[in-house]
Amino acid sequence: MRILVVEDDKDVAGFVVRGLKETGHIVEHADNGRDGLFMAASENFDAIVLDRMLPGGIDGLKILETLRAQKNAVPVMILSALADVDERVKGLKAGGDDYLTKPFAFAELLARVEALGRRGKAEATQTKLVVEDLELDLLSRQVKRANQKIDLQPREFRLLEYLMRHAGQVVTRTMLLEGVWDYHFDPQTNVIDVHVSRLRQKVDKPFPIPLIHTVRYAGYMLRAEAAS
Amino acid sequence: MIPSGLFRSAGFRFGLVYAVLLTISAAALASFLWWFTAGLLDRQTASAIRADAQGLIERFDEGGIAGLVGTIEDRLAANVDDDAIYLLVDPGMNRIAGNLDTWPSIVDKPGEWRQFQVRKTGMRSLALVYGYELPDDFHLLVGRDVQVRVQLGNLLTDALIWAIAIVLAMATAGAILVRSLFRRTVANVSATAAAIASGDFAQRVKVSGRGDEFDQLAEVINDMLDRIGRLMDGVRQVSNAIAHDLRTPITRARARLEEAARTAESSAELHAAIDRATVDLDGIVAVFQALLRIAEIEAGSRRSSFRRVDVVTALDAVADLYGAVAEEKGVTLAVSLPRRLEIDGDGALIQQAVANLVDNAVKFSPEHATVRLLAGQQGRRTWISVEDRGPGIPAPDRAKAIERFYRGDAARGTPGSGLGLALVQAVAQLHGGTLRLEDAAPGLRAVLDLPGGEEAGDRPE
Repeated sequence: MRILVVEDDKDVAGFVVRGLKETGHIVEHADNGRDGLFMAASENFDAIVLDRMLPGGIDGLKILETLRAQKNAVPVMILSALADVDERVKGLKAGGDDYLTKPFAFAELLARVEALGRRGKAEATQTKLVVEDLELDLLSRQVKRANQKIDLQPREFRLLEYLMRHAGQVVTRTMLLEGVWDYHFDPQTNVIDVHVSRLRQKVDKPFPIPLIHTVRYAGYMLRAEAAS
Repeated sequence: MIPSGLFRSAGFRFGLVYAVLLTISAAALASFLWWFTAGLLDRQTASAIRADAQGLIERFDEGGIAGLVGTIEDRLAANVDDDAIYLLVDPGMNRIAGNLDTWPSIVDKPGEWRQFQVRKTGMRSLALVYGYELPDDFHLLVGRDVQVRVQLGNLLTDALIWAIAIVLAMATAGAILVRSLFRRTVANVSATAAAIASGDFAQRVKVSGRGDEFDQLAEVINDMLDRIGRLMDGVRQVSNAIAHDLRTPITRARARLEEAARTAESSAELHAAIDRATVDLDGIVAVFQALLRIAEIEAGSRRSSFRRVDVVTALDAVADLYGAVAEEKGVTLAVSLPRRLEIDGDGALIQQAVANLVDNAVKFSPEHATVRLLAGQQGRRTWISVEDRGPGIPAPDRAKAIERFYRGDAARGTPGSGLGLALVQAVAQLHGGTLRLEDAAPGLRAVLDLPGGEEAGDRPE
């Protein structure tokens, strides 16, 4: 993926840029609002990581609004130290696709940016999700593995659907909370682990090859081959 | 002369406006009264004279002088009040009929009103008359004795003038009173504000107890001051809490990193130490976020996002999220909710508050116990209760339990920041409700009591 990082803090920018490069992405960096807007408007990116507060007179929201006014639909992940619910709403209203507050774990940022970059490329009209021998029918709401029917509760179905839509990508616990439960705060207990473990009992346990993998420090990934 | 400084005083302006308004309305009332009493008497007399004259002239047209004379004499005889005045004279101004001896010299022109002194049956009196010219140079005078009416009119006029004078005096006195009242009330508020500005935050505006607008203003100001006081206490509490409670994990993380830098012999050891420190830092960040969130809720700015929400939908999501966790621990989460339960509020916050309560309940429940999540409506209030069979909280500690960073004895050794109940309390207050902790014997019952609510039928579980 070709990613633009607009972030003025040298350490945070270096940390993000290095991390994204290590995971195989092509990364451009702008350290002020004007350069950021210029690059975002004149080049093609698969995703933009945008800090909200920037020097140079043009802040993150301004860049975002300008891009959206030009009908530029590039996925934008807003990065901000402003964690209030109102600020979050403001960022998403301005046209942001996702909002991550500082401080953040790199794994969270990576998972979310990759999810953003791939969004809109596939699916939409898909009625069936298939990973290896696991099939999920969105119309009949049935799940089969190796042609054996698996009974799932509605919420388990949605959890599996989310994992399968992001097959091959890391999905963090926060992403699951937001995407499956529409829950926008941090529960004190690790409730997600419990739900994933129950799903595993049904989807993975009876079969020789596990599909749902735990990714250390990050979250989960549903994919065919064994976790690295 | 009024010193120009007086006009800059709002109290003086209010007083002046009061006096002017009172005087204008009193003058208007007096004129109205005069028009309908003294004025009416005059108008009635005039119209009676006209009607009388009209009748006489008609008689003259029908029966000539003789008929007129007869009619005048008839009318004089029939005049019980003895207030009618008639005089008919011939071209030589000699009296033909009527109760006046001579044609008064003041009536020099026909068709005009005249008022003059007469002597009638030995008494001086006042007459209002109107002269008419008849054919053949005869003249007719018709009038009324108005002595009594004029006296009454004068009396009324005098009374009204006096009334206006009294009103003026009272308006002035009232203006002075209004001004001093105004000054006293403002002085009450401004003295309080000045005291607070100079640091005495315990001062409050005095409430007279009359329940008037000034009392309402005083109460509003006092409520505002109380709220500011609570917010300031909150800030103070948070800064104290940060100073005390975040120092520990920060110290721990710092120690780990420093020790690893000094003593780690392999890169694996170093990595392990860094990982642990990262977990510590994440914990610190989580506490910070929880504190900021509580502060955000307490500031009340989220009230603008209130809308009609179905509490049951939010509770279902919580039950769904924590049902699995409870099961994992061997605890049963029993849920019994009505079909719908609508209140005005912030659904996400209510959900988070109840999630915290359920999280606590599951955490402190022994194995095979049951946690109950119930909700319902009573009068105009909605309640949500979470009940566990855990160790509970001793009665004396319950008030402390909702403070930030409180960790009960039973909570030692369990994960948590001690901010869960503080957040629930903040959410309750934001909605104008309360959080009650009760003894469920054994265990703890936490009841979130929120105002408003409409229930729509029970849903059997």
